[in-house]
Amino acid sequence: MTSPAVTTAVPATIVHTEPATHSSTKRFALGIFDDEDVLLHAIDNIRAAGVKIYDVFSPYPVHGIDDALGIERSRLPIAAFFYGMCGLAFALWLQFYTLGFDWPMIIGGKPHISLPAWIPVSFELTVFFTCHGMVITFYMISKLYPRFKTPVLDVRSTDDKFVVAIELDEQSSQLPKLTQLFRENGASEVNQKEMTKF
Amino acid sequence: MTIIGAGVLVLILGIIAALMHWGESHEVVTHINAAHDADTHEGHSVLVRRLVVSLWQSNVFFIGISVVGTVFMAIQYVSYAGWSVVVKRINEALGAWLIPGGVLLVVLFVVGRHDIFHWTHEGIMTKGSANYDRIVAGKSGFLTFGFYLVRMISYLVIWGVFTWRLRQLSLAEDLNGGTSYFHTSITTAALFLVLFAVTSSMAAWDWVMSVDVHWFSTLFGWYVFSSWWVSGIAATTLIAIFLKQAGYLRFMNANHFHDLGKLMFGFSIFWTYVWFAQFMLIWYANLPEESVYFNQRLGGFEGRYTWLFYANLVINFAFPFLALMTRDAKRQMIIMKIVCIAILIGHWSDFYLMIMPGTMKGDNGFLIEIGIAMIFLGAFLILVTRRLAEASLIPVNHPFVEESVHHTT
Repeated sequence: MTSPAVTTAVPATIVHTEPATHSSTKRFALGIFDDEDVLLHAIDNIRAAGVKIYDVFSPYPVHGIDDALGIERSRLPIAAFFYGMCGLAFALWLQFYTLGFDWPMIIGGKPHISLPAWIPVSFELTVFFTCHGMVITFYMISKLYPRFKTPVLDVRSTDDKFVVAIELDEQSSQLPKLTQLFRENGASEVNQKEMTKF
Repeated sequence: MTIIGAGVLVLILGIIAALMHWGESHEVVTHINAAHDADTHEGHSVLVRRLVVSLWQSNVFFIGISVVGTVFMAIQYVSYAGWSVVVKRINEALGAWLIPGGVLLVVLFVVGRHDIFHWTHEGIMTKGSANYDRIVAGKSGFLTFGFYLVRMISYLVIWGVFTWRLRQLSLAEDLNGGTSYFHTSITTAALFLVLFAVTSSMAAWDWVMSVDVHWFSTLFGWYVFSSWWVSGIAATTLIAIFLKQAGYLRFMNANHFHDLGKLMFGFSIFWTYVWFAQFMLIWYANLPEESVYFNQRLGGFEGRYTWLFYANLVINFAFPFLALMTRDAKRQMIIMKIVCIAILIGHWSDFYLMIMPGTMKGDNGFLIEIGIAMIFLGAFLILVTRRLAEASLIPVNHPFVEESVHHTT
């Protein structure tokens, strides 16, 4: 996916000779952790040792993991605000048009355009647009949309294990070093996995 | 230690309040003489009525904040929450107002009930009397002097006893350690929450809704509770910010403020939700006996409450909603401080709006009321800060203290 010259793990002098079909294959060292706190400390130590973590997979959102991994703040809330605005605008337009102009009806003796009565609908549509917009955006960004073959590094990360993935370069000479680093920081096991189209 | 600085501040506040009040009553006295003849109601002159009613209003508001401290703490116990341990002592301290406030409430009711409650007037429930009112007479089973007083005292005693008990358990835990105090606290807190759910709602009917005695709303208990609740959280946050900026609460960081900010944000919306649920049903059904409540506040009495009605929504909903929306805002002390103060002022005026139109009708004012509110604030802060100074600001032996210190959001 990326040329070797870009990644810092590979020295720029190495010429990339692999065939094109291989370029989307990545190899990972996986550290499996049982405990949230052990994981957070391990992440700190691994990053302190100068190793770049590709990603961490956890069964549920772990508090403080964003800071530990040094991930930038998500811009999803900004998108959410605009989805909400779209929903509000749509709801108001819908009610103005249908109840005010297209098919005016007298309901409960109220004026055709009576804002207090519209608040529930406007609220619901704002929430509806925001939620769906956020979920869809999140799935697109995280590539969690339905696929024929779902790439999962370790299925146990959907159950009760925390998986730290570190991308390996071609030589995989770092593997013993990484294994030792994982072990020292409390990983219950260390695996290696190859992934296509990840 | 903490307290000397805060105490001086409080004293100045109290003095300012007293001065304001003193300077103000002058012009009102002259104003009264004109209004005196028009006062056909049983009870006292407009000035005394204003004093009694605004004492009642501020007292109900501050008692609410006080008991919410205990409720907040009880919820944290029952839900095994760890993050809030650093603000626990502030919640405990808020309860310091409960006893003096409760005593004042009982005294006010006994002495000044004719000025506050229409239903206490002579002959209003007696058939054939000139004052007879069929609708009020229909509520005679519930609204009698004796029963009301018994109810009021029992709410206050229940709240006071549980506040005291949780405080004692917490202090004993500081001294002796161990988890047994924690488990006892959970049982106590759970029992308190069940009792509070009933008593808070009934207190809202008694203390606030029976002011408009012809009118009723089934949602009113929640409405008053939500107002108390969000003010209580704002008060906790504000005290925490002041302590933090004075160099105390070393373990409290932006993550804790973020969570308190989320609660304020959420419960401001909750208050609006309850407010609107009450408003919309009454507005839509448009039954005269129900809509009179909003008629009085929207355009009634020559529209003197109308601006406050809208200002109330802006300051209690629109402002916290927009100001606290982003993550950064909840982590910045200055924004949090402004929002906390706005929420406290906003919900004080929410109580103003609940109580004044039914009692003072067109004779309401602001300077006396604000002066009294500031005296209350001063007295409240003296008691709260004194109680804060009694114990360590961190409950050192609480089982979750470690978790709270390392809290991240």
